[in-house]
Amino acid sequence: MARMATTKQVVVSTIGAWFFGFLIFFPILWMVLASFKTELEAFAIPPSFLFFHWTTENYATVQERSDYFQHALNSVIIAGGSTLIALLIAIPAAWSMAFSPTKRTKDILLWMLSTKMMPPVGVLVPIYLIYKTFGLLDSRIGLIFILCLGNLPIVIWMLFTYFKEIPRDILEAARMDGATIGRELIYVLTPMAIPGLASTMLLNLILAWNEAFWTLNLSTSNAAPLTTFIASYSSPEGLFWAKLSAASTLAIAPILVLGWFSQKQLVRGLTFGAVK
Amino acid sequence: MATRQTQILARALLTPAVGLLFIWMIVPLALTIYFSTLHYSLLDPGSESFVGLENFRYFLTDPAFLASLQNTLVLVGSVLALTILLGIPLALLMDQPVIGRNFVRLMVIAPFFVMPTVSALVWKNLLMHPVSGLFAWIASVFGLTPIDWFNDMPLFAVILIVTWQWLPFATLILLTALQSLDEEQKEAAEMDGASAVSTFIYITLPHLARPITVVILIETIFLLTVFAEIFVTTGGGPGLQTTNIAFLIYSQALIQFDVGSASAGGLVAVVIANVVAFFLVRIVGRNLEA
Repeated sequence: MARMATTKQVVVSTIGAWFFGFLIFFPILWMVLASFKTELEAFAIPPSFLFFHWTTENYATVQERSDYFQHALNSVIIAGGSTLIALLIAIPAAWSMAFSPTKRTKDILLWMLSTKMMPPVGVLVPIYLIYKTFGLLDSRIGLIFILCLGNLPIVIWMLFTYFKEIPRDILEAARMDGATIGRELIYVLTPMAIPGLASTMLLNLILAWNEAFWTLNLSTSNAAPLTTFIASYSSPEGLFWAKLSAASTLAIAPILVLGWFSQKQLVRGLTFGAVK
Repeated sequence: MATRQTQILARALLTPAVGLLFIWMIVPLALTIYFSTLHYSLLDPGSESFVGLENFRYFLTDPAFLASLQNTLVLVGSVLALTILLGIPLALLMDQPVIGRNFVRLMVIAPFFVMPTVSALVWKNLLMHPVSGLFAWIASVFGLTPIDWFNDMPLFAVILIVTWQWLPFATLILLTALQSLDEEQKEAAEMDGASAVSTFIYITLPHLARPITVVILIETIFLLTVFAEIFVTTGGGPGLQTTNIAFLIYSQALIQFDVGSASAGGLVAVVIANVVAFFLVRIVGRNLEA
């Protein structure tokens, strides 16, 4: 920070950064614009960038034709449910490893990490057959379960790195004052852990919302979240660009907002604490 | 010192997570191994029989396997190279004094939050369509022949889409690492008369070595199993041109219903992923001690 940048430097790097930033963001912007065009204008050559007849009819049609809200609700239930259950299982585990570590804690953590390395396609066959046998195909509970297990290692890891940063002296002081473990958990630990819990929850909501291997393979209609719903636009007869864009905009908007809030934690969560 | 009571409690709290992950790891994998030794087709129920390593022989000598292995390697290698080669200059640029840096950051990170099926379809139709796509229009403005992306260079088209999705990840991690670089070190180098280029080569790049390794390993794990992008754009075609290992196994299992051979393929995928995982776990593990 000590170095003074010359005005010229600032101008050049500002223009450069905005140019490339805009270039990267452009496909999303283009999609949002297309969602407000008529089908004809979305397809038109030369394309119109801003001066077209703005319409919101695509958003209405998407709902009428395919019950968009049903799929959005599925996404909310599946992403939310799997995140909540993962947190319920992970909080005690991470707490235990962060505050009562044993010789094996490091091995357990690395082992948990390694379960995340297993390519889902390696267990697609047995999972599919098990789900078929128990009638879990195309069910929300089945998807909640599998996404929860898939993200559990990341949840535990993130919570562990956050819990690790809580100063232990405070806990010892509480213990000295005669606090029981239950009180320690509720009055001392929880308030300090809330920021970490919140960002862990956010990142996992995002990951679960966008998960597109299990959702595509294990759901077709009733339990189909937005990932599967959007994929149905890939069939040739479903090629309505404006409607595809409207459905897509709706599908990514909430998660884009959440994602922007959690970008700092993203690095930490996805690198398992290796880059902070 | 932890009391005996806390130790017992700690273990009790850890058990559900460990137990679930253990079952999650062992049961499906054991079933995959078991199925891989069977002749087992969903189209022909009741005909299951033990065939030893026959499925592996079939899967590994299938020309589709070699083609998809090659596609997987090209896909993973190209996306890695592109995201890192583009990510480094982009991160360096964003580390400069930029007016409105936070907003630029938001634009750059955005693609990472777009679900794979959306990005694949938006790119395939709105941008890459050979007649009405934006790229075709840009090409015609410059008097060039528009490229028919998904017929003429399907694998490259998939690579572009996946690169767009992962460039933000690489950039963000490299930027985070750059921001933790000691400014004084760079200043000292400048005072000693080091040029910007040699400062980059001797100070910045070595500092980035570890985050680059992390990016490579984590991206590899996800890129080895790219699925949705192929599923909604090309369906593995034309021919086998965009079939990667993940898609090949999917099509054997859920299109041809050949459980035995798909399971053998699944195990091959597990082995490949484990080689990468081995290195990643070591790097992360070293970090745990520090």
